[in-house]
This record gives sequence, C-alpha cells and structure tokens, in this order.
Amino acid sequence: MARYLLARLSGVVLILVLVCLFTFTVFFVLSPDPAVQICGKNCNPELIERIRGNLGLDEPLFTQFTTFLGGLFAGRAYGTGEGAVECAAPCLGYSFQSSQPVWEMITERLPVTVTVAVGAAVLWLLAGVVGGLVGALRQGTWWDRGAMVIALSGLSIPNYVFALVLQYVLVVELEWLPFPQAVTLADDPALWFQSYLMPWIVLAFAYASVYARLTRANVIDTLEENFVRTARAKGLPRGQVIRRHALRPALTPVATIFGMDFAGLLGGALITEKVFGINGVGKMTADAIGRNDQPVIMGVTLLAAAFVVVGNVVVDLVYTALDPRVRLTVA
Amino acid sequence: MTDTAPLLTARGLVREFTLRGRAGAFGRRPVLRAVDGVDLDLYPGETLALVGESGSGKSTTARLAARLLDTSAGTVEFEGEDVTRRTGAALHRFRSGVQVVFQDPYSSLNPRHTVERIVTAPLTYQGREVPGGARAFTRALLERVGLDPDHSTRYPAQFSGGQAQRIGIARALAVGPKVVICDEAVSALDVSVQAQVINLLRRLQREEGLSYLFIAHDLAVVRQLADRVAVMHQGKVVESGDRDAVFGAPEHEYTRTLLAAVPRIRPEWEAARRARQREREATA
Amino acid sequence: MTTPLLEVQDLTIAFPTPGGGSAEVVSELGFALPPGGSLGIVGESGSGKSMTSLAVMGLLPKGARLAGRIRLAGEDIAGLPDRRMRAIRGDRIAMVFQDPLSSLNPYYAVGFQIEEAYRAHRPRATRREARRVAVEAMERVHIPDAARRAGHYPHQFSGGMRQRVMIAIALSTEPDLLIADEPTTALDVTVQAQILALLREIRRDTGTGLVLITHDLAVVSEMVDDVVVMRAGRCVEHAPVARLFSDPQHAYTRALLDAVPRLDDEVGELRTVRAAAPDTPREGER
Repeated sequence: MARYLLARLSGVVLILVLVCLFTFTVFFVLSPDPAVQICGKNCNPELIERIRGNLGLDEPLFTQFTTFLGGLFAGRAYGTGEGAVECAAPCLGYSFQSSQPVWEMITERLPVTVTVAVGAAVLWLLAGVVGGLVGALRQGTWWDRGAMVIALSGLSIPNYVFALVLQYVLVVELEWLPFPQAVTLADDPALWFQSYLMPWIVLAFAYASVYARLTRANVIDTLEENFVRTARAKGLPRGQVIRRHALRPALTPVATIFGMDFAGLLGGALITEKVFGINGVGKMTADAIGRNDQPVIMGVTLLAAAFVVVGNVVVDLVYTALDPRVRLTVA
Repeated sequence: MTDTAPLLTARGLVREFTLRGRAGAFGRRPVLRAVDGVDLDLYPGETLALVGESGSGKSTTARLAARLLDTSAGTVEFEGEDVTRRTGAALHRFRSGVQVVFQDPYSSLNPRHTVERIVTAPLTYQGREVPGGARAFTRALLERVGLDPDHSTRYPAQFSGGQAQRIGIARALAVGPKVVICDEAVSALDVSVQAQVINLLRRLQREEGLSYLFIAHDLAVVRQLADRVAVMHQGKVVESGDRDAVFGAPEHEYTRTLLAAVPRIRPEWEAARRARQREREATA
Repeated sequence: MTTPLLEVQDLTIAFPTPGGGSAEVVSELGFALPPGGSLGIVGESGSGKSMTSLAVMGLLPKGARLAGRIRLAGEDIAGLPDRRMRAIRGDRIAMVFQDPLSSLNPYYAVGFQIEEAYRAHRPRATRREARRVAVEAMERVHIPDAARRAGHYPHQFSGGMRQRVMIAIALSTEPDLLIADEPTTALDVTVQAQILALLREIRRDTGTGLVLITHDLAVVSEMVDDVVVMRAGRCVEHAPVARLFSDPQHAYTRALLDAVPRLDDEVGELRTVRAAAPDTPREGER
C-alpha cells in the first residue's frame, strides 16, 4: 500500500510539473507582453526594454520557467533595486495590476469558493441520489417521469439563465431573499445562509441532474443483479435489500465522479460567482480574464489543475476503500 | 496417420499474461503462464480434442494456434510453413486455411448484419471474390450446414441457438479452410441441439475431409467426436493419445480424476432402456 | 399418508405479451415432494423449470401471473403477499443458484452474507451468535479455515468454494426444503462432483428436502428419487428415477436420453430429438 501511494504521489508531482510547463508555455506564447501592460501611459520602447530586463522577460523560456518553479518553492523577487517586489513562497506569480502576489489573492478568496462548493455539493448529492433512487424504485411512474424531466431541464438550462431567473423571482419579485451579501457565518448566520442559498441551488441544479440520472441508471442495473435476487431469496426486508445490496454497489461509481466534480469546483465557479457577485476565486478569475491579468489567470489554472489531479488520487483511494475487489489487488 | 505430414503443428507454445492490478512504481507485475510449452500435431481429416477444466489453458492454446493471439514463445506451423509471426496478406492466407467457431453463437455474430453479409465477410476482408455471387454462394453454404437457403437475408436474432451456431460454422467454411478450430463450439447448446450440431460437424468432416481442433470441457462430447485427445492441466498437456486409449486406460492421475468426476447414468438402467428400445424397434 | 412437504397443483405461470395477450411459460404443472424427499426437474432451456422454482420462492419477475396451488406442508403459499412470503423464504425454503460469483454480493465478506440470512429470520440473534452460526455453516460445507475465511470476499474464493458459500447461506437457517437451480452448471466437472457429494451429504445429515433443477440428465440420475421431465412449460413425464431412466414412457424423454453423449458409449451417430426439440428462435424465448 505504501509503495502504491508513493507511486501515485510521484505521478502526481510529474503531472503537476507538466501542467506547469504547458500552462507557462501557452501564456508565454499567447499572452500580450506583460511589460507593455505595466509600462502604463508614458510608455516608450526604451522603458519597455528596461521593464523586460528587470522582470527577466528577455530570458529564454526555459530559464523563466525554472525561475518560476523556484519561486513556487522558495519565493522570489520581481525586478531588482528599488522597484523590486517580493513574492513569498509559494509564489504563483505576481499581479502587477493588483499589486499583489497571486497566491495571496487566491487564499483570500478561497474560503468563499469552498463555502460555495461545499454547500452546493451537499445539495446536489442529496437531490441527485434521492431523485435517482425514487426514479429507479418507482420506475415508469409519474414520480420517475417528474424527477427525470426536472433532471433534463437541469442539464439543458444554462446556469447563468437559471441564476438570473432565480434571482429575479426570489429577490426582486417575491422578496423572499435579500441580495447576496459578503458576510461570514460568524457575523450573521441567517444572512450568510440566505446569501449563499441561491448560488448553492444554481450550482447544485446542473450537477444534481447528472447525479440523478446516473444514480437511477445504476440502481436499476444493480436491482437486476443476481446477488439482489440472492438477498431477496434470503428473506431480507425490502429496505435492507435496497440499502445494502442495491444502493452500495450503485453509489460507488457516483462517489468517484463526485470527487472529480468537487475538486473541479474548488478552482472556482466562474459564472455563478460572477452572477451573484460573490467574491470568490471564480469571480476573481472572471474579472482577471476581463482585464487580461495574465499572472492571475495562470495561477488559478495551475491551482485548479492541482485540485483535480490531487482529487483524482483521493478518488482512487476512496474507491479502493469502497470496493473490496480493488482493495485487495492493490494491497 | 503418422505416415502423412501434419497440417497444423505447434511446438513449445507459451503464452504469458501480465496480471491486472497495479504493482508499485518499481515492482514487476505478476505474470501468469496460461500456456506452458504445449506441442500439438493436427493431421488431415482427423479430430484432435483438447480437454481440460477452466484455467487449464485449452482456450488460450486454441487462440494461439488460430493466430488470434500472439505467442510468448514457440512456433505455429501450417502445411509446413512457419506462420507464427505472419502479418497482413500472409496472415490472410493462413486464415483461408484455418478458421474458428466460437462458443456463444450470438455474441460472435454481428446482430446488425444479415446472414449473407456475415458468411461472406471473411472473403471480403481477405479481398477475395465471392465465387458465383454472394446470394448463390450463401445459399449453397447454408444448405451445406443444414439451414434453409431462403434465410440468407435474415438476422442472427431470428435464429435459434443451434441455428446460429450453424451460421457460425457456415462463416468458418466460407473461405474453404482445411482446419476448423472449434472453441467450446457446442457447449452452450441444449442437449438435443448439441447432438444435431455434433452430427453436422461429423458429416462435414466425412464429406469434405476437414480437420478439427476441438476444444471442450465436456468429456462425453469429446468421446463422441475425437480421434485423438490431449488433456490439459495448468497450461501443460499432461496426457495425449488415441481416444480409446485415453478414455479406456488413462495413464495420468489427473485424467483419471477427470473421468471419475463425470456424472453417469447407472449402466443397469441404460442396459434395461436399450433392451426395451430394441424390443420396440423389433416389433415396429 | 403424511402431508407432502411441497405440493404443486395446476401451476400455471403466464407473462403478458406486447400484443396484449399472454404467454404461458408453465402450464398446469403438478408434483409432490414428501418430507425429506428429493425431486429433480429436468428440461432444456425454455422448458419453464427455473420459473417453477422462482414461483415456489415467490420470486417471479414483475408482471408474471400465477394460477394454481403451491402448498408448503399443507399451507397454500401461492401468491402470498410479499411480507408473509419473506418469512418463509430463506427460512423454510432456501435456494442455491447457478452462478455463484454473480449471486454473491462482491461488496461484503462472505461471513456477513451468511449472517445476514440467519439474522433475517432470527431477529433476536446477536451478531456474535450469527457469526458463530455462519462459521459453523461454512464448516458444514467443508470450507477449510472457516473462521478466517468468513472475513474474505467472494472474489477471493474459487468457483467451487463460492458455491459452498451459497449452500452455507441456504443451510444457516436449517430449511425444510432446499431448491438448487442448476447448482453445478457453471462449475468444472471435478468441482461439480464435489458439490453434488456435498448436497448428498447434507441431505443425509439434515433430512432436508431437495428440489434439483437441471438440464443434465446424468446429474439428476445420481441425485434424486423422483424426476419430472418438462418441455415447453409442461410436465411430459413424472416417474421414480429408476423407472424414468430404465423405462422412459414419453417419446420426448426417450429422445432426450438418446441425445445425451456418454463417456462409455459406443461411438456413433447421436440420435437427435427431431420434432420434439423446441429449438425456437431467440426472439420467442422470453
């Protein structure tokens, strides 16, 4: 097991380095010269050259990349002399537009994004699994059809449309909810909950639809399994047959895609955060894209990639814990 | 039979499989040796049966001999030529001589293709012309395997298990092979249908001089069909010889265990039944 | 005359067909099994033998319509509501299925799957007691090192051992009747011989009644007192085993016996069950 973990972790590191290299190259090639952006109004070619030299932008790609990697682990400074800015480890880059290291910008906003992701995840797991289970057990009835129609609409309605409609109905028309505010749980729990409720619902809706359909299909398949027939032949009550023998095998694959989806969300829900004006990683990214703040975009890309890659490993570990067949081949 | 040269020869066949399941970053994955040094000789017009239990390596051996699977070591020769590493057109030529009939007739026939398309496919793949046109060719072929020639435009699902297996046999015969490898070809069939297919295989051999490499776990079926028998156990041939020698006086301990395990109807019941049957036939 | 352990009368099972009609898979079937007796039901695929066993267990697929009587020790259990059938299933009648790997849940240790069967019918049993029963059941079916093996998962067992686990599940509640549906069809011949020997041993030691469903005439000839031969949902012949095999009355039974290849037979053309064989297209099978 230890050897397996070691192998997986070395794989993770390798992938992350490759992702770094790829992202770095793409931004190096594609994005506008940061020196031009920094240069400002009284710009002239001479000044640009000075900035470039100062930031090391005239170095070859590979040198810049190793400097970047070094910054990740040991921190670095941008420029020399008086105008130099410090970027402490882990340095994901420095936003000259915000005059702040990217890492700081992300960590300030990450708690908000995590709140959005966790709340939405709870909602979509509940709704998805319950909806799928109802659909499977009441297959062909109005319950089933209803659940699946809702699921289909969740998949087909773009979530910014849903977000705007929801906001208009609940906040403007019915006035059931206040406009989302930036409060913490400790400050005002009620307002906190009300502020996050809509983003949770909007995000959860699309995911819940996928999960409901998956759960339904898996449960229906599992109920056809011979071991379910065995469980019934033992005289087990219907509830036990379903919970123990149908639900557990049916939900194991759901658990694995959940890990990936959740990890992906930690990189920020761009549209939802932007629509509701939630100051999380997603909105920050959307804004950064708007004003072409390259270091921020790159930093978030790397972080999101890291979440997904690490999430993948966690999912595999959870899967080994859930499915004894895998567990024993690994051990 | 030993005075003629064998059609299909295998020498020192070995096949290893890397087991699934992840080993560590530096660990070697465990390897399973499914076939471990098997020699076979199949002579013209004979049936050589390969028997054994699951995991004995008999099916893997069949696939190696049919070149459906590459060998880890050893050679396969057909009509005196080494075909072990043949590819492309040369492999096609080998396939014209050696065909396979599989166990599950339905899953080995494409459900969306008509019988005509299924049985002419091997010729099409090999880029050969269908002699006399597809329709006439298919009709003749179906007649040979005891199916209604008018059914050549039907789909596999419209046939029973026994009929579907006949289509599988027809497909194998389409290229005019000398050797047919039957991989548990009658195992999935009901007793009565099984008897029909066994009789068909026998008739084809009698009339056309086919050679069969017959893979089976059912010893009673093998006894009805085989001229010679090779018993496989854990990847090796533990005993081989003429059918009556292997069944009548098995030498290897494993063969004896295998034979002893076959359920039997009591001989006295059988004798009584046969006596009554003869009586009935005599009076009829 | 004692009350039969199992008595099936005029059993008819039908499924609705897409056209609004219905198709009978079992028609007017009848047989009786004395306490501790053994009965074989033989037939080819589509003969209705497995449907019969599922009807006795109350496990027919949704939509199946059932008529006739199924009496267990005199009590008619045909069409009992599921809640009452549950108390009988697994307790008084237990069943062993064909494919032991897919019939065991891969997610649970085999010990747990045996305990579960026991506790379903002994609600006051503690987990420890259930574990003890499970290990005892595993010992009774000769699984070596039972106490340790109880913690292992189905995929860690061989095919034969898995079928022993299935039999242990069935035995844990000491049922009056054991239904075995093709219990050795998925197994190798040497393993089959062991499982058949185990079933005989269990019958001798516990006096459990046995209904053995199989397509294999030789197997049935070695295992039971009485045989029912089924074809296309109907019983074509019902006789004591010795008479059935030495003096079969029905043409279909004779044809079946002729078609079976034998180890110690002279080799020759196999007689085939011509018109008698319901070798129907696949589409019509369900």
